[in-house]
Amino acid sequence: MTVANASPGRTPNVPNAPNDPNVLRKTPLNDRHHAAGARMVPFAGWEMPLEYTGITSEHMAVRTRAGLFDVSHMGEIEIAGKDALAAVQRIACSDPAQLAVGQAQYSGLLTPDGTFLDDMIVYRMAPGHFLLVVNASNVAKDYAWISEQAKAAGDAAVIDSSSRYALLALQGPASQDVLQPLTGVELAGIGAFQFAYGEVAGARVTIARTGYTGEDGFEIFVPPNMADRVWQAILEAGRRADVIPVGLGARDTLRLEAAMRLYGNDIDESTTVLEAGLGWMIGWTNERFIGRERLLQQREQGVTRRLVGFEVTDPGIARHSYRVIQDGRPVGVVTSGTQTPFLKKAIGMAYVPVALARAGSEIQIDIRGRVARAAVVPMPFYKRKV
Amino acid sequence: MTYPDDRKYTKDHEWIRVSGDVAEVGITDYAQQQLGDVVYVELPDVGAQVSAGRPFGSIESVKAVSELFAPMGGQVVEVNGHLKQHPELVNSDPHATWMIRIRVSNPAEAAALLDSAQYQKLLG
Repeated sequence: MTVANASPGRTPNVPNAPNDPNVLRKTPLNDRHHAAGARMVPFAGWEMPLEYTGITSEHMAVRTRAGLFDVSHMGEIEIAGKDALAAVQRIACSDPAQLAVGQAQYSGLLTPDGTFLDDMIVYRMAPGHFLLVVNASNVAKDYAWISEQAKAAGDAAVIDSSSRYALLALQGPASQDVLQPLTGVELAGIGAFQFAYGEVAGARVTIARTGYTGEDGFEIFVPPNMADRVWQAILEAGRRADVIPVGLGARDTLRLEAAMRLYGNDIDESTTVLEAGLGWMIGWTNERFIGRERLLQQREQGVTRRLVGFEVTDPGIARHSYRVIQDGRPVGVVTSGTQTPFLKKAIGMAYVPVALARAGSEIQIDIRGRVARAAVVPMPFYKRKV
Repeated sequence: MTYPDDRKYTKDHEWIRVSGDVAEVGITDYAQQQLGDVVYVELPDVGAQVSAGRPFGSIESVKAVSELFAPMGGQVVEVNGHLKQHPELVNSDPHATWMIRIRVSNPAEAAALLDSAQYQKLLG
């Protein structure tokens, strides 16, 4: 038996300047993960927990109770100044002008071609202060791009503040009940994609109702020296609800069931927002954003391929980079795929010609030399009951 | 976990237990730990020929797919049908969960395989 592609979702292994690219970076919780017996793997230049007790049990904990993630590898880039809004409007394809302070939105950092340099969440911290949470593998690239673009916007300072934050994610239906006793912030008052400042277990934090699992939950921005304290406090408070730590393996299967795109797999510099089926995130009222013209043109002309969800109907599991074939020829590619623990089906996402993109279409996927049938299905695959 | 003495092992982490001219083939505890939660096992049909060191199927966990290599050659006489519904048996009881039974064509091939002590030494 040889293990072929064990990874928590493929990631470009980008060195993390200014550190030595050969040395993996560690989050403030690294010792905790080792002590908990986590299987640690390199991910985007970091040593991260892939799984603690197993992907299936961790996945189910998040769907049925709650799970705690260390996602401190994620990057934070802040933009502040009199013209910060104009700068963010230039680099984000949503419309940050529609954000009130205390609100956040999913967005894309685009090339002039309307393709993805990265995807991100934009938080409006103050009228002239925005925080962008970006993918770990892209921090250096994003920071360079944003710094360059912000110059044209006027008075807007761009800071890579990734090392100033540890990021914990508590996700799952029990999240609010678990977290509330640890904070004076009225959590019920924080709506989806909103955030508030306050204390958790005595640490000054920002609590956002955001996540990457398809469940209700919170992402908590913590000073690195307080990360261990907050981590322990949440696990302790969650003991009765059987809250467990969750690794990147389950993070990948959870986000896939929720049809959330993974940078480097489902979206990258070769795929446009419209091809990726993310047209809903575009803020057309934002006339400043880079890539707008190309996307307007593409919206007019229509795309030739689209990212779709599929369910494999024959036996087998379709994985990243497997070909979609038609009449024996490759016509598309699988970008994400696995057998997911909650739905217990082999699902995935693939770029296919628009003629095959309608829900109900039958497509064929080359699974290591064998042709397997799959059905195009609506996304998300999993939607929580509110 | 102990590695039983009643069978042979491969460097690729399969085990084979020969009794008479029929042998059961599975994967080791070490292998299932490396794979994580197994969700699908693809096995050959009854009647298929397998040969020593060649792939006879594949095993998929949530995060990875791996080929299964036949420790010895022969003809498949039985396939473990339980695995279709319960692939997790490979995780919970790897040394009791055989995947295929083969009629061994050349018993001498066993000499090239590892015994329990040699296999555990390989694991370090």
